[in-house]
Amino acid sequence: MTEKVHLDHAHLRHLLTAMLRIRRFEEKCFELYQSEKIRGFMHLYDGEEAVSVGVIEALRPEDAIVATYREHGQALARGIGMNALMAELYGKQEGCCRGRGGSMHVFDRATRFYGGNAIVGGGLPLAVGSALGDKILGRNAITACFFGDGAVDEGSFHESMNLAALWKLPVLFVCENNLYAMGMALERAEAETRIAVKAAAYRVASEAVDGMNVVAVEVAAKRAIDEIRRASEPFLLECRTYRFRAHSMFDAQLYRSKAEIETWRAKDPVMQLRSWLEQTGLLHADEIDHIEGEIAAEVDAAVAFAEAGTWEPVEDLERFTTMDRVPQ
Amino acid sequence: MSAPASTTAAVRMTYREACKQAIRAAILADPRVFLMGEDVARYGGCYAVTKGLATELGEERIRDTPLSENGFVGAGIGAAIAGLRPIVEIMTVNFSLLALDQIVNSAATISHMSGGQFAVPLVIRMATGGGLQLAAQHSHSLEGLYAHIPGLRVLTPATVEDARHMLQPAIEDPNPVLIFEHVMLYNREGELDPSVTGVDIVSAKIRRPGRDVTLVAYGGMLFKTLEAAALLQVEGIEAEVIDLRVLRPLDMPTILGSVRRTRRVVIVDEGWRSGSLSAEIAARIAEEAFFELDAPIRRVCSREVPIPYAAHLEKAALPQAATIAATARTLVKGG
Repeated sequence: MTEKVHLDHAHLRHLLTAMLRIRRFEEKCFELYQSEKIRGFMHLYDGEEAVSVGVIEALRPEDAIVATYREHGQALARGIGMNALMAELYGKQEGCCRGRGGSMHVFDRATRFYGGNAIVGGGLPLAVGSALGDKILGRNAITACFFGDGAVDEGSFHESMNLAALWKLPVLFVCENNLYAMGMALERAEAETRIAVKAAAYRVASEAVDGMNVVAVEVAAKRAIDEIRRASEPFLLECRTYRFRAHSMFDAQLYRSKAEIETWRAKDPVMQLRSWLEQTGLLHADEIDHIEGEIAAEVDAAVAFAEAGTWEPVEDLERFTTMDRVPQ
Repeated sequence: MSAPASTTAAVRMTYREACKQAIRAAILADPRVFLMGEDVARYGGCYAVTKGLATELGEERIRDTPLSENGFVGAGIGAAIAGLRPIVEIMTVNFSLLALDQIVNSAATISHMSGGQFAVPLVIRMATGGGLQLAAQHSHSLEGLYAHIPGLRVLTPATVEDARHMLQPAIEDPNPVLIFEHVMLYNREGELDPSVTGVDIVSAKIRRPGRDVTLVAYGGMLFKTLEAAALLQVEGIEAEVIDLRVLRPLDMPTILGSVRRTRRVVIVDEGWRSGSLSAEIAARIAEEAFFELDAPIRRVCSREVPIPYAAHLEKAALPQAATIAATARTLVKGG
């Protein structure tokens, strides 16, 4: 039974808030990286927020998520606390992975968030397995698997699409097609650049959607998930999006023009929704200010939490390399 | 309490049959356990280990996969995290390189990387080793490569008893466990004592006691090494033979205890010498027991070539009993 997307005040306010939380959180992360509070590789989601927010809005609590190294958006949208996420980026033991994973490896048992995977395409087979587990164990859950256009170049994409189709597994493959695999443009990497079309080779249903429009993504994701549950088969949702910032914090962006970035900036998913809400009178500027105020306070609190966090004792370095038991 | 004699009589069976019985018992004992891999169901397994099991247990529990090693090994990891206890069969260790990413970058890292939120209770079985004239892409012994990786447990059952009983504790282990079955062992027969209902996956075992020299071996090399010990015995040299059983983590107390008694050691490894497991063991003995040695540490490894097809060349490339015996003899009697 299709769950309709209700374009009422409460829901639209929620979508805007969810995207703004990611945007503002990451703006702070950028500052914190400049001040060397956060180190390592960090990949910002700026411009792609509508994808994670729209898709995750369509998930149920029992569903699982497999994401990539650019997963702050998925983590926040899924409900991993901003405090725990920020502390993880600081490398503190109050972080969701006790500072062992960092920006690229966010995991959360409570929300079935299976990483944060920094091998391009590495998460797709895991998603197949997660869905296989759910199917065999009789759970009525799906696994949403996020990956970029770069993962489509990898063999694991093709192996996983085939396995999921062959075994009729409930996987929602979500391709965040931001047109670049680091600096490699999609049209320079793939002979067929319409990623959704590739699904046909595996008899997987697919759809391409405007990834800059959160409502469009949510509607498409709900439709895809309805189809997954109805047919007990996977679905590939290609979300056409764009990353406004560099690939990581070490990227001079020699491979694309400023004009191209500006063209896409005009489609900013957060600004699009905000303007539309203001124009239609569904959300007034003062209410948006209020939301911004709440988010700013949440971000400040997360920074304070991370600052006050503690370092895991070095004596515990080898802990969890192997486990004494399977966590339940 | 002693069981009736009729049920404790040793049963003679092949290593292959012991592997098969282990898989059947594990699947029957736990609804979460299933096996998947290439040609495991209808074909019956490349080395016939699972022959007939799909008919008996169903194709959900003995699951054929397409030729997608990285895909189905990763699926095994995901399924383990989701609550199942998969056994993944990879046809040979050589093909496991296609799944190296999932084994090394995911299976071995997820528990630590997630701060202990997840475990990966996955078993991966695969054939290893040379001797069947299968040439350079089906004959290598790459288990030492996996023994390098923190987060993995690496097992090399050599005896029928270990083939029968190592699987269950491997499944119960909350961590990824790799089991290497040497291709030359599948047809080998051995005694299975029905009163033995389990073995550990922690310790090395002394398969033959001796006072003059310690021979360290594992997997397919165990029997060549025992053969070498028999040759040495004729000459009055009593070799102690250690079966490592577990390549990671290494049971160093058993190795060092033996070396301290015999004061001489030869490490036999079907892997290549350079950067090998034998090098690791030699280094640890040198670190811990250098002053207790009466002679330099010696190693017998495969020659540094891709394993060739022609029988005489293959034989020359792999460690043989005569070479092992000759190396030990030199150590004991002096070169």
